[in-house]
Order: sequence, then structure tokens, then C-alpha cells
Amino acid sequence: MQLSTKHLLGIKDLTPQDISIILSTATEFKGVLQRQVKKVPSLRDVMIVNLFYENSTRTRISFELAEKRLSADIINFTASGSSAAKGETLLDTVNNILSMKVDMVVLRHSASGAPHFLAKHIPAAIINAGDGINEHPTQALLDAFSIQDKLGSLEGKKIVLIGDIMHSRVALSNIYLLNKMGAEVMVAGPPTLIPKYIGEALGVKVEYNLKKALEWCDVANVLRIQLERQNQVLFSSLREYNLAYGVSKKLLDGLKKEIVIMHPGPINRGVEIDSDVADSKQSIILQQVENGVAVRMAVLYLLSGTKA
Amino acid sequence: MKIILDKQQLHLTISRLAHQLLENHLNLNEVVFIGLQPRGVKVSNLLVENIRSLYPAEKVQYGILDITFYRDDIRDELHVASKTDVPFSIEGKTVILIDDVLYTGRTIRAALDALQDFGRPNKVELCVLVDRRFNRELPIQPDYCGKAIDTVTSQKVKVEWEREEVVLY
Repeated sequence: MQLSTKHLLGIKDLTPQDISIILSTATEFKGVLQRQVKKVPSLRDVMIVNLFYENSTRTRISFELAEKRLSADIINFTASGSSAAKGETLLDTVNNILSMKVDMVVLRHSASGAPHFLAKHIPAAIINAGDGINEHPTQALLDAFSIQDKLGSLEGKKIVLIGDIMHSRVALSNIYLLNKMGAEVMVAGPPTLIPKYIGEALGVKVEYNLKKALEWCDVANVLRIQLERQNQVLFSSLREYNLAYGVSKKLLDGLKKEIVIMHPGPINRGVEIDSDVADSKQSIILQQVENGVAVRMAVLYLLSGTKA
Repeated sequence: MKIILDKQQLHLTISRLAHQLLENHLNLNEVVFIGLQPRGVKVSNLLVENIRSLYPAEKVQYGILDITFYRDDIRDELHVASKTDVPFSIEGKTVILIDDVLYTGRTIRAALDALQDFGRPNKVELCVLVDRRFNRELPIQPDYCGKAIDTVTSQKVKVEWEREEVVLY
């Protein structure tokens, strides 16, 4: 068996079989992480560079941990404090790093398509750790893994993505993935934050009423309001957003069933999600982070084994 | 194609191996059995079933181990992992590794590496159904062997579980 791709640029390029292989390999790595020694020698002598042109806590630490658990050698690069600040281009930076013999590149960049651009120009395997407002494939994979872990499967499950759909790469990757794996997807939020033709374009349901969306779903994946990507006023205030679209305990208590609450982090407490919901037992936010390491180990392992 | 062990011989051999294991380990409290994924597990299932019929069954500790992540050829070919289930500590125990065919010895090397990550066993022993004794690439020998055969590298030895036979191709 083999993945159909050499890079992980987005969920869009993966086949359902690729996704199944990644998720089942992640299950085995989750087992590894519960052993006495949580490390395997699979990627010994593989050099990985983590190129982070954009801030990140979870993703960067998660990738770093996954790489270390696989015994890979790693270099961390953050844009601030590097020559990128002096005006070196992305391709030049990467080519310079590659001339030091690097096998894989984990890239986060604020420009959508940056990893696709690199994949065309360099021989190393590229893993997209989030590119602008395009995709964040490993987040979608770990979300799917967490849903599968909690509910047994993805097929036929109803998942609603709530909030800032327009600026969210997590949303786009999740929609692609869940559609491919046979889940039903809905997006919910204020009309200003939901792209106009998303329903027709991506085959998802659109709902502007949060209560109705929550009543419909099995799982609610609450997305962060990305103020740093908004250059115009799309809602009047954070407080108003919270009143209309914040997931609160009161709303959840009013439902007939207990739904699963997810959030890709970082959380804006009291904006898209209230503290008592984020910390409740319905929420699997911290399990998502835990699963992230196993899923990233699976991706790195599977791509390191794919010859060019 | 040549049949090395037919159905009757296969079951007799496994039953003999079970008796040999018990002969050497009268007290199974300090012994754990570990079958190697994917192909060794069928042998180890039968073997452990046999041992459990000869010894208080609940005292026989049995796990399965997948060595995919420890292979030395993972960059040549992509291997998809199978399940690992070792629900007990191997610290200070005698571990009996069970596989179907011992060939180059590389799987066993990887298994020894993998075992270390579960603790430090007192002793590790190797039990195989078939030993292709002249094809070793590493200094590894079995402690218990169902049948030793002489083969060349171009040949293939396979346990056909539908027919319950060991076949040389």
C-alpha cells in the first residue's frame, strides 16, 4: 500500500484510501505513545525542517514532538529572527536549507499556495502546516481522527463547522475530508463570514441560526474568529458575535442530545465559545491536541516512505 | 512447489513446540508469549491455544507485536502497520517471541528493538515454525524450531492457512 501523493499539500489531493491509511496508522502511533518508551526509530537519519512563517503554538510543538518521537533530526526555523526579515525570498531560504541535505519540509505560511509553490521547485517532501486561508490538512486529519475515536466512525455523522468559515483553513480542509469520508457537513455563522456560494461549490449545508445548527449535528467544531485576517468590519463587536454565535452552556443544555464539542485552538474564551463549554466533559479539545501528535507521526512516517 | 508440512504434521509440530516450551518453563508466571505481526500471529494463536489446554489458561500471558516502525528497510518500501497489543509488563520476564518463518533474521532484529521499548526482559527466546537455516543475514538462531529446511534465496516458504500447510515455492 502507498499514499497516492508525495507531499501533503491539502486534503483536496488525497483519496479516501489515503485518508484511511493515515488514520489507521495514527491509531498504531497512538498506541506507541502509551508505551513505556514513546519513541520509535522509523525516521532515523531523516532530516526535517520546520519552517514557520506564521505564529503557531500547537501545530509547531505537535510537529516537533511527532518528529522527535519518530527519531528524526530536526531544524526549527521561525521567520522572525531569520534572514526572511532581511528580505530573502521563500524559495531562496528553502534552497539554502535544502543544500544542507534536508529530506522533508513542514511549512506554515500566511500566503495561500506557498507549499504548492515549493513543491514545484524543490525535491524534498512538503507537508502543509497551514497556508493562509487555504488548507490546514493535518488539523483536519486530527479532527477526523478525534471524531472517529469518540464516535466510532465518520460515515453518516453530522458535523457542523461554526464561525469564521471565510478565513478558516481548518474549515476548508475539514469540509474536503469529511465529504470524502461520507460524513454530512454543515457550516454555520453570520452571513458575512460564510462565503456566498459555499453550499453549491463544496456540497455543504448552510445555516445562519446557531440553535438550529446545534440541534442538527452530532459534532460541533467551533472555529476561532481570525481577527488578524479580517481587514474590514464583518460584525459589529466581539460581544455581539458572542451573543448571536457564541456556543454557550445554556444553548447546549437546551438540546435534546449531548453533542461533541471541538475547537482547533487557540480559543477566544467568551467569544466563539464560553469557558464552561470549552472545559466541559462534552468537549474533546484537549484530546484533539493529544491525537495531533499521533496523526502527524502517521503523516511524516507515511511520506518518508514514499520514494520520489 | 513442495509441501513441507501437511495439515496433520503442522498441528503435530505446533503441539510438540507447546510441549517443549512447557518442558523448559515449568513455571509460566515469569513467562510471556508474544506473536509477531502479521504472519506470526496465526502460529502464536495456535501455539498459545495449545499451551492453554495443558496449563491453567488464565496464567498464560499472551500479546502481539507489530514491528513495522522498527524495520531497517522502511525507506525502500512503505509498510502499513498492524495492531500491537501487549497488555502486560515484560520487565524482568522471559519473553518467547513466536514467528512463522525465520529467514534473514531481520524481522527478529526489529522485534528485539521493539521489545526494548516495552521494558527490559530477563531473557528473550525465539520460537519459529520453519527455519530456513542457510539464509540468515544476521547472527540470530531459534531456540525452538518446528522444522529446519535448506532453501536458496530464490525460493519462497509460505504457510497457507486456508489449507493449513507449509509450502515451498
